[in-house]
Amino acid sequence: MSDVNYKEIIWNGLWKNNAGIVTLLGLCPLLAVSTSVVNGVGLGIATIMVMAFSNGIVSLARNWIPREIRIPVYILIIAVLVTIIDLSMNAFVQPLYLVLGIFVPLIVVNCNVLGRAEAFASKNPVLPSMVDGFMVGMGLTLILAVLGGMREILGKGTLLSGIDLAFGASAKAWVITVIPDYHGFLLAVLPPGAFIGLGLLIAGKNWLDQRKAARAEPAQAPQAATAAA
Amino acid sequence: MSINSPLVAEKSTVNIIMLKVLAALLPAIAVYVYFFGPAILVSITLASATALATEAAVLYLRRYPLRVYLLDGSALVTAWLLALSIPPLAPWWLVVVGTAFAILVAKHLYGGLGNNLFNPAMVGFAALMISFPAHMTHWPAPDVLAQSHWNFAQQMDFMFGGALPAGAKLDAVTMATPLDTLKTQLHLDRTVTEIQSGSIFSILSGKGTEIIALFYLLGGLFLWQQRIISWHIPLSFLGAMFATAGVLHLVDPGQYASPLFHIFAGGTMLGAFFIATDYVTSPTTLLGKLIFGAGIGISAYIIRVFGGYPDGVAFAVLFLNSAVPLIDAYTQPRVFGHAGKWFRGGKE
Repeated sequence: MSDVNYKEIIWNGLWKNNAGIVTLLGLCPLLAVSTSVVNGVGLGIATIMVMAFSNGIVSLARNWIPREIRIPVYILIIAVLVTIIDLSMNAFVQPLYLVLGIFVPLIVVNCNVLGRAEAFASKNPVLPSMVDGFMVGMGLTLILAVLGGMREILGKGTLLSGIDLAFGASAKAWVITVIPDYHGFLLAVLPPGAFIGLGLLIAGKNWLDQRKAARAEPAQAPQAATAAA
Repeated sequence: MSINSPLVAEKSTVNIIMLKVLAALLPAIAVYVYFFGPAILVSITLASATALATEAAVLYLRRYPLRVYLLDGSALVTAWLLALSIPPLAPWWLVVVGTAFAILVAKHLYGGLGNNLFNPAMVGFAALMISFPAHMTHWPAPDVLAQSHWNFAQQMDFMFGGALPAGAKLDAVTMATPLDTLKTQLHLDRTVTEIQSGSIFSILSGKGTEIIALFYLLGGLFLWQQRIISWHIPLSFLGAMFATAGVLHLVDPGQYASPLFHIFAGGTMLGAFFIATDYVTSPTTLLGKLIFGAGIGISAYIIRVFGGYPDGVAFAVLFLNSAVPLIDAYTQPRVFGHAGKWFRGGKE
């Protein structure tokens, strides 16, 4: 446990074991909330906060928690953090809070949070655990943002609509109209659009990985040949 | 009916089957033009061009041979069925978006012809129906009922530019379909008999539409005679819908329209003979086909009468499409010499 590979933690969280498109954990809020960039990123940031701190606290307490009751203890810690986030959002960004609705309190049962507490924080020191929680949350937020963007452009022809929910009425000018005079492709905003969009993102990631692997192969082949020789 | 010796195989390729399906649609399309004007021909052409272009683009991306797959006609069948399902006065982009979605998402994302779980034309229709419900209700009134008559150029102006002729109203050339009228008027506490005395209704269902349905039926019988479709799916579809509608009609004729009205209204005939019988998305066993057809008939009736949408055939087809793998697994005949069914790990 002495040398922690931060680079690997970051790479795993953001790409290799991305929560949204590789491990496919916590899909319920992912699919439900990604109707626009603002909604997606809003829930994403809330999840990042919960994950970073729950991992940190679980890691701090990891030597005092009896193995047999660790899951209830983790859930208690997560529930406390979610309550804090829930009340803070209600207080400071209430319009956005109202849009996200039940999905903020539901972060308690997001399997990513419990999963990282169990798989990483219970075995690692505080700082790496917090970085891990932050990065897994960040990976999820990236997917939420991209999927939200895709669905928003296709569905409504805009980007960043609803930004005023987070930054007040003056932020309304930030909304980008990508396709002017757009009829709106409702399917993209409805649940089927979420599934189709997520499927395309997963396919895109697999395609990028395969292309990378295919490029790496010819480079490795000569080395293998020399080694054999 | 030609009966061949088993040693002389008739040449029946995908190509020929698809051409016969298209040919079977032609009489109904001719009647369509007679009652509703030539705009439908433009939608069909537009849908066909979009289907072929999308198909060609995807085949190119997937590095498939263009000629073989483009000429098999399956994309054209999808295009025609979709064009016949949506209002002919729909704006041009509606046809293009629907057809492209059908070919790209419903057909090729699932692996292309033979691998698609859902009927592509119906996926395209459902996508349009839930995305653009307002545009999907611009059904034209038959020429005899329309309050004003648009010439072909005016129709084209509307389809491609969204421009109404000077002083004209869209309501003057469109009207609610018989099914839609029935549903909305029933909410106003009128009885079926009162509603059906209205001018858009005729002997079987709606003026004009009933004749088109009749020609779909004839086209379907031609396909059956040609042995391109078997009787199982259409008969169980129509039979189940007739029976369901019949029982409810007997219970309360003031609230539920006659079974004959239902099988000649909306997309029933087109669905029973041309859509539900799609080889790729229907079960392979005979018992399975009967279950599949009956399932569509009953669910289409339930969606159309108790649901929110005016017609339910498309959603019923998609619903039963998703059940096909299950139906197929449970209706496998016993393998000779084995006691159980294959999927239960039949023992000898």
